[in-house]
Amino acid sequence: MNEDERGSYAPLNSNPKQRARLLAALYLAQEQYGWLSSEAIQYVADKLSLKIGQVQSTASFYSMFRLKPQGEYRIQVCEGLSCYLVGGAEPILDHISRKLGIQSGETTPDGKFSLEVVQCLASCGTAPALRINDELYERMTFASIDKLLESLGCKI
Amino acid sequence: MPVLKNISELNDFRKQAKAQLSDREDNKLTIILGMGTCGIAAGANQVADAVRSELKKHKIDAEIVNVGCIGMCHNEPLLDIQQPGQPRITYKNVKPAMVGKIIEKHLLNGEFSKRWIYGQLPARDGTTVEGIPTYAELPFYGKQVRIALKNCGIIDPESIEEYLVSGGYGGLEKALFQMTPDEVIEEMKDSGLRGRGGAGFLTGLKWEFCRKAKNTPKYLICNADEGDPGAFMDRSVLEGDPHALLEGMIIAAYAIGATEGYIYCRAEYPLAIERLKIAIKQAYTFGLLGNNILGSKVVFNLKIKEGAGAFVCGEETALIASIEGKRGEPRPRPPYPAVAGLWGKPTNVNNVKSFAIASQIMMNGADWFNHIGTKKSTGTAVFALTGKIKNTGLIEVPMGITLREIIYDIGGGVPNKKEFKAVQTGGPLGGCLPAEALDTPVDFDSLTAAGATMGSGGMIVVDQDTCMVELARYFLTFASAESCGKCVPCRIGGQRLLEVLTKITNGEGTLADLDEIERISKYMQEGSLCALGQLTPGPVLASLKFFREEYEAHVTEKFCEAGVCEGMFTYEIDPDPCTGCGLCAKACPTEAITGEKKEPHVIDQSTCIQCGACYDVCNFGAVLVKRKHELTVIEPI
Repeated sequence: MNEDERGSYAPLNSNPKQRARLLAALYLAQEQYGWLSSEAIQYVADKLSLKIGQVQSTASFYSMFRLKPQGEYRIQVCEGLSCYLVGGAEPILDHISRKLGIQSGETTPDGKFSLEVVQCLASCGTAPALRINDELYERMTFASIDKLLESLGCKI
Repeated sequence: MPVLKNISELNDFRKQAKAQLSDREDNKLTIILGMGTCGIAAGANQVADAVRSELKKHKIDAEIVNVGCIGMCHNEPLLDIQQPGQPRITYKNVKPAMVGKIIEKHLLNGEFSKRWIYGQLPARDGTTVEGIPTYAELPFYGKQVRIALKNCGIIDPESIEEYLVSGGYGGLEKALFQMTPDEVIEEMKDSGLRGRGGAGFLTGLKWEFCRKAKNTPKYLICNADEGDPGAFMDRSVLEGDPHALLEGMIIAAYAIGATEGYIYCRAEYPLAIERLKIAIKQAYTFGLLGNNILGSKVVFNLKIKEGAGAFVCGEETALIASIEGKRGEPRPRPPYPAVAGLWGKPTNVNNVKSFAIASQIMMNGADWFNHIGTKKSTGTAVFALTGKIKNTGLIEVPMGITLREIIYDIGGGVPNKKEFKAVQTGGPLGGCLPAEALDTPVDFDSLTAAGATMGSGGMIVVDQDTCMVELARYFLTFASAESCGKCVPCRIGGQRLLEVLTKITNGEGTLADLDEIERISKYMQEGSLCALGQLTPGPVLASLKFFREEYEAHVTEKFCEAGVCEGMFTYEIDPDPCTGCGLCAKACPTEAITGEKKEPHVIDQSTCIQCGACYDVCNFGAVLVKRKHELTVIEPI
């Protein structure tokens, strides 16, 4: 164990409120780097005087923290109930999966698209829905998905 | 605008805002756009651009106001036009291409494109336009009583002035300057308000527990981690009327003596967070948050905490852990948060709607509130109406209204001539009720007695095409994926239940599996640490109770009557209603359907892949779902 590693097991900052800033700090790091690499996690731990294990345990618990590199366009397919009832969720995921040649949780080799399933995006009145980066798209059909992907530079 | 140092400054400011707003209503053309998440996704931004360019083209001077969601998601985008002193006229499903015509006709020629109009909101003096229904006359709104949603879609959520003019912060004024904290709590208890997050605990009593706790500082938390699939009530309040939440929180903070507060909001709601930030900033600017609120000695600081996509964080102890920056895992209660919550200090957690309603109760009094609804469930309930229903959207109804009234009168019933099958309340931790239970009054106790729960407000309608076993499996997939994994009954039980349900929907189930469902469920209900594990079996048990025949058909006959579970049904064309239109044959991807024009068609079972395309396109209900062995055998001629 080198000095740095030992350092990460150093005693905690005694102010418990310090850790309360962790989620926000992880979001910032993720925004900056696109995902949370072990370096990013180390950096956050240092900044907040937390143990690396504490940061890792929090980061790995929440689905919105990405511990793998992501594509330029992050496609999130809603698998909420309303989407499921109107024929969304699985069929839409399969469709995009076929178009991009990747499964949920993967990124295309060119780093352009990643695909994932997310819980309810709260667009139930206008389901099925999906989100690409921060943009929400509703009442999706296979045709509208194709158009959307094409506009983002997906060759079909 | 400087900090408001006392009530008279608040009232002066309100008067000033009112004069400005009245001036706008009386003298200025106003165009109001629905800019909730639903409106924006439906294209409200494009409509807004079209409005701006049309106004410019015709050199019309108008004020453009953005409002939140008014509740009718099925009619978005919405565009309201209010001419000086005239009622507010709502156009529905507006497309950018329609805007030019609407403006030309309405503003230049004084005509109304009636088929595009949804309704009207009367002007301040009651003026209406003849021939257009008012909102109160429309079935979707007629039966609603809007308290938590009072301002949603009506006022500009980014304007504190508009909130003040609607009477906003009047409840706070009353609480701070005319009542002691104990009186506020008494008033809340008298109102009978029960927590709108789902558990239905008396809000006033909860506040009292926290007030009586000795430790300091005390914390106040708003649970805005709305995660149920099919629920967006809180989102609409946050987006449409954020100050209502702030006002309720400041009142609660005063009542329990909390000096610090957090709004824990789903990160999936960026617009809600943005509008909350604006509202909080305004409240600080005007001295409604911070030190010496409105010149009093009350101190209350408020921050937003974003979640990170864990459903279990809706549970209060998990939520508290998440605010502390830890894994969002629940812990056993007691001690309850009222005694030891955030950082071990007394903490009060309420839902968004509870706070929004609290400010209205303070304003109008407990008696006003407890005369709405039923004796044990006072006031109103907010529901997000979704699924197989004509009018999807957000509604607020008095407690005690029946499910039938909600689904048929307000919701417009099931579309596409399909038959109603069940309604799910309380989302993945609730339960479903069949058609026989449609006359159940909607209140906390009646719904629980009937086998469902009130939940936080998701109401999902399913029709004949939904398989109840598959639906239960869906909820289990959700709930078991969201289990935090801390306690065994929830972590393992959820998985086991899901396995059993998957086995049944795959056609491998046995009758013994139905008993197994009940056995596992019992352990989960009794042994789980938090409500997530205790309530996960709810939807399965409810559907097993009300739709046992469907479960039995799945295991004994391997038949799925809804035509959902793969390999467990087959399609057949009923020759009587079949008109021979040929739509099904065109839709069939395997060319399994044949028949002469205007003669009944036939499905060739050997090439049919049960994709359901014919079933979906048939306009005459001639395609039937059949048991495999029930097929009519066509004798060769």
